[in-house]
Amino acid sequence: MDDALLLARAQFGINIGFHIMFPTLTIALAWYLLGFRIAYQRTGDAAWLATFRLWLRIFALTFAMGVVTGVVMSFQFGTNWPRYMTTVGAIAGPLLSYEILTAFFLEATFLGILLFGMNRVPDWVHIAATVMVALGTTLSAFWILALNSWMQTPTGHVFADHQWIAADWVKVIFNPSFPYRLTHMLIASGLTASFVVAGLSAWRLIWAPYDTSAARTLRTGLVVAALLVPVQIFVGDQHGLNTLEHQPAKIAAMEAIWHTERGVPLVLFAIPDEEKKRNDYAIELPYGASLILTHSARGELRGLDSFGEDRPPVAPLFYGFRLMVGIGVLMLLVSWVGVWSTRRGRPAPQWMLWGFAAFTFSGWVATLAGWIVTEVGRQPWLVTGLLRTRDAVGEASGTQLGVSLTGYILTYMLLFTAYMIVLTHMAGKGAAPDHGPPAAVPSAHPIAGAAE
Amino acid sequence: MEMPVIFMFLMGAAVLAYVVLDGYDLGVGMLMPAATEDEQSIMVASIGPFWDANETWLVLGIGILLAAFPRAHGVVLGALYLPVVAMLVGLMLRGVAFELRMKALGWHRELWNWLFWAGSFAASFFQGVMLGRYITGFEEGFVFWVFAVLVGASLCGGYVLLGATWLILKTEGDLQKKSIVWARWGLLWVALGVALVSLATPLVSETVRHKWFDFPRTLGVMLLPAATVAAGFWLWRSTAALKRGVVGRDARPFGAAVAIFTLAFLGLAYSIYPYVVIDRLTIWEAAAHPSALKVVLIGAVIVVPFIAAYTIFSYRVFRGKARTKLYD
Repeated sequence: MDDALLLARAQFGINIGFHIMFPTLTIALAWYLLGFRIAYQRTGDAAWLATFRLWLRIFALTFAMGVVTGVVMSFQFGTNWPRYMTTVGAIAGPLLSYEILTAFFLEATFLGILLFGMNRVPDWVHIAATVMVALGTTLSAFWILALNSWMQTPTGHVFADHQWIAADWVKVIFNPSFPYRLTHMLIASGLTASFVVAGLSAWRLIWAPYDTSAARTLRTGLVVAALLVPVQIFVGDQHGLNTLEHQPAKIAAMEAIWHTERGVPLVLFAIPDEEKKRNDYAIELPYGASLILTHSARGELRGLDSFGEDRPPVAPLFYGFRLMVGIGVLMLLVSWVGVWSTRRGRPAPQWMLWGFAAFTFSGWVATLAGWIVTEVGRQPWLVTGLLRTRDAVGEASGTQLGVSLTGYILTYMLLFTAYMIVLTHMAGKGAAPDHGPPAAVPSAHPIAGAAE
Repeated sequence: MEMPVIFMFLMGAAVLAYVVLDGYDLGVGMLMPAATEDEQSIMVASIGPFWDANETWLVLGIGILLAAFPRAHGVVLGALYLPVVAMLVGLMLRGVAFELRMKALGWHRELWNWLFWAGSFAASFFQGVMLGRYITGFEEGFVFWVFAVLVGASLCGGYVLLGATWLILKTEGDLQKKSIVWARWGLLWVALGVALVSLATPLVSETVRHKWFDFPRTLGVMLLPAATVAAGFWLWRSTAALKRGVVGRDARPFGAAVAIFTLAFLGLAYSIYPYVVIDRLTIWEAAAHPSALKVVLIGAVIVVPFIAAYTIFSYRVFRGKARTKLYD
């Protein structure tokens, strides 16, 4: 692989990987906000309002991170992959346009009303604005995953006038992997947000065990997570079967199946050796992979050798998949134990709070691992069967890419550090009843201090 | 009318909307160091509800370029690679700094204030540099780069003018008085910038020269610079009136600044048409497949009225003078 291609991929991968963390959180967090907002409306309980405001501030910060990194994305399609647009632009362009038109303006505009307009509009308008923000984030997931899924499993296109164009938009959008990927991603977002809500609430409770608002949001996050994890495991399995049908090479790489065989064992762990085409130090469950993927112990699975050169690298998929599934299993454990131990208003023990706090960003790790599996698993194709990644790369020189990559990485490190510091700081302060006096001014009212 | 022409109008409208809307909030960002801490809070509050959506117009402009003129998207953004990166880094810094400065105190706030200013400045300057490179068809050479830097500096002046007139509209008291002074300096800066760029552009680009100095058409198109000068005078007079204490006309300077931007933009569009990459790609050569244009147009026709409606709604909700409190 030549340097420019490698750098272009590294740059795009880092940008999209950094970007995706923030929408993953905001998509579902917007629905949490709606829940908190409605809870306040129904009960009139000021603590719910404070909770809503705390999470709204966290949402706004996360949303801003998503917006600014998303702007970068819109430029990089052209700068890094010009041939992508000239080859499949007639399909990718409209899908991206629909995302901008239907989602971006909606969420950005109504977020302004959400943040600054609570006392300027009637309650129902404020709630409607919350719905619009949530709808906007979810719609953007719809369009971008339609495009992404089409790149994975393209249907509904024809070749005309030297490029690929849409013959049937319904088939383009609702391509075979789209329903699975969209559901899988939306639930991933739900889990990410749930663990962030639970984890940051636990973080607050470690320092302020008396904070009933934090105990309530901890419980909310845990319950939603406990409900979503089993659904996600089922959806993930279905998504895997769908991938086996449409992208068998990806499955072969995920499971490190080198040769076509019957009764393939499930490799729990191994060190795949790309050179010798075998797995070292493998721990295997006999017939496991055949059972899971074909629902028959003697089922045949295609090995990597049957795909020739057109197959993805094994290591990132093999490890990425195991990381994602491993975190999923731990999420199941943590959320169920958590729900059980906080039943009927019981406070979670201190050590368990530390555990929840440690799992705050588990959703990000699992999501990124999953994205590496699915996107690296598409290689060497940019659009499966239609366009190879190496044929789409631009003319930017290695130097330009190197300079800009350094610039991006430094900026991202700065932004991410600041984001994390502010996030933990805000969560540590908790949902104060008001926007709060500046921390530098000591509270004149002991009672107000205690109520905090 | 043909599809590529329609999309050129749409893209032009999106870019103009971006320049005016994000222009005022970038301008407010650049004016931050000139204000006191209390004033900074009001300035930030005046753009708080809008900046996310303002920036979305840039994504729409680039999105239309991508969807409607994919060939040009690659050429333009490829040629502008490094200025684009610098602009994006600026936009990222200021966007996040904007959120973080509200949550920080003491030297942290000072740091984010500084980054908000620096990011706004870098984004504005490099947008101007991009424009300068674009007008000259990305020609290499010392003169062309000097020209690009000149355009960058002028655009900063333009955004400062927009930001200052926005503050005249959205603030009162001392801050408004300061804003009037800023706006007048900004106007002088813009007048100088526009004059220099207008003189330099025909010199560096033969295509543009033909467009403007081709009798008798010249007589007609000279209406544009004439109208721009008139808008400039109008701005100068309206700020003078405010200085004298005339009340109830706070919106006029901003209106005049928008008029200047719109006229300058029309002049630019006229210079370039029918090219999308000057001297290289016309809008017809760069246009996407008709099937793609059709489907985007259908979407735009349905959705854009909604976007316009709720954007207007949002500006109505936040009409009047800005106050500091976040959840006011």
